[in-house]
Amino acid sequence: MKINGTSYPAPGDPRRLLSDHIRHDVGLTGTHVGCEHGVCGCCTVLLDGAPVRVCLMLAVQAEGHEITTIEGLAAPGEALHPVQQAFHECHGLQCGFCTPGFVMSVVGLLRQNPSPTPEQVDEGISGNLCRCTGYASIRRAVHRAAELTKP
Amino acid sequence: MKPAPFEYHAPASIGEACSLIGSLEDAKVLAGGQSLIPLLNFRLARPAHLVDINRIANFDRIYERDGGIAVGALARQADVEDSQLVARVCPLLAAATRLVAHRVIRNRGTVCGNLAHADPASELPAVLLALGGHVVAHSARGSRIIPAADFFTSVMQTRLASDELLTEAWFPKSTGRFGIAEESRRHGDFALAGAVRYGDRLALFGVAPTPVLADPRDPARGLQPSADLEATAEFRLHLVQVVTERVFPQ
Ligand SMILES: Cc1cc2nc3c(=O)[nH]c(=O)nc-3n(C[C@@H](O)[C@H](O)[C@H](O)COP(=O)(O)OP(=O)(O)OC[C@H]3O[C@@H](n4cnc5c(N)ncnc54)[C@H](O)[C@@H]3O)c2cc1C
Ligand code: FES
Ligand code: FES
Repeated sequence: MKINGTSYPAPGDPRRLLSDHIRHDVGLTGTHVGCEHGVCGCCTVLLDGAPVRVCLMLAVQAEGHEITTIEGLAAPGEALHPVQQAFHECHGLQCGFCTPGFVMSVVGLLRQNPSPTPEQVDEGISGNLCRCTGYASIRRAVHRAAELTKP
Repeated sequence: MKPAPFEYHAPASIGEACSLIGSLEDAKVLAGGQSLIPLLNFRLARPAHLVDINRIANFDRIYERDGGIAVGALARQADVEDSQLVARVCPLLAAATRLVAHRVIRNRGTVCGNLAHADPASELPAVLLALGGHVVAHSARGSRIIPAADFFTSVMQTRLASDELLTEAWFPKSTGRFGIAEESRRHGDFALAGAVRYGDRLALFGVAPTPVLADPRDPARGLQPSADLEATAEFRLHLVQVVTERVFPQ
């Protein structure tokens, strides 16, 4: 499997969740783990370009696929990805625990629909839980990200 | 490791998958994993073998068959939701799929896995029932069609035998008047009660061990919904009236 463009071998134990593989074996700890049963959205990454929950995949299932984690959106020292930039500008985060999952879900949302309506934005982030920022500024960040993404 | 130990198999064909689930003791099929992996992580399910069908080629087809729509076992809910064909031939299926969980979950979850899982609060089993669709089950013994009315037997129980793979679900052409309404505590949650309408047919979900057909003029008759932390039985019966009125507006 490729993670952020680099090839990694699949773990030997098929029980290894893709979330634990990314964090513990590969060492990319930007992908967070909250509930491990698909409810919080913290662990969202892109699998072949579409957002998925990695706590609900076995690492062996990612063999032959390309994964992008939050670390893969923008190289260190380079400009932030527009969605990251928007979260930064709009104070879309406080403690940051939920943020990688939100950012990856929003990257997926804007790929599917570059100009979402307010309802589509709410729908698009409804699968991610934030326990501290409050959703108002996150919602603003998504609209700002759509603006920044426009050519 | 979160899940209990299991042996992992990734067959490349339907035949290979069927011979595995037919010969292995205590095997479970892994499709989108959006219901099964949480159960493994909690160790509520501890199958000895997992048969992952995600490597089977051409198993994700969505195509026209017998005037209706056939959905292969690997077709993701998101693909069904986006399909032009589904929008044209069976718009109720597209509308109902949008109510299943969240888009990120629908990117992995399959329509067939949702039907096989048979959660009583799921939308899609009620759609299959309201439309009079069927599923196709395949095993080393051959294949058979199971009509929706026979398929769902109890809470998370279906007519599928332990050696059978659900290969396809079929939804009849349904361009007539339809509606789906549900009430849940939070957006994307399982419904406390829901109603699916096609023409004069009404199917309810979340209020009995399986989806049930009901009389639109007296939808709650004979129902004995269960009570839990989220809703009492009386509240669910009230919601049955509410969602029925919503799909049969005066
Ligand atoms: C946070 C969250 C919210 C959700 N909300 C909803 C909701 O509102 N409504 C809803 O309906 N669902 C909901 N779900 C569940 C839904 O997303 C699952 O996708 C679906 O129920 C199962 O499909 P799957 O492909 O993921 O199946 P899996 O999880 O892979 O399998 C589920 C079960 O079906 C069996 N199975 C799967 N495919 C086959 C097959 N081809 N042949 C034989 N057996 C098979 C498996 O062995 C397993 O027992 C939710 C899930 C999560 C995590
Ligand atoms: S950790 Fe994966 S959804 Fe919560
Ligand atoms: S920023 Fe703290 S949980 Fe969202």
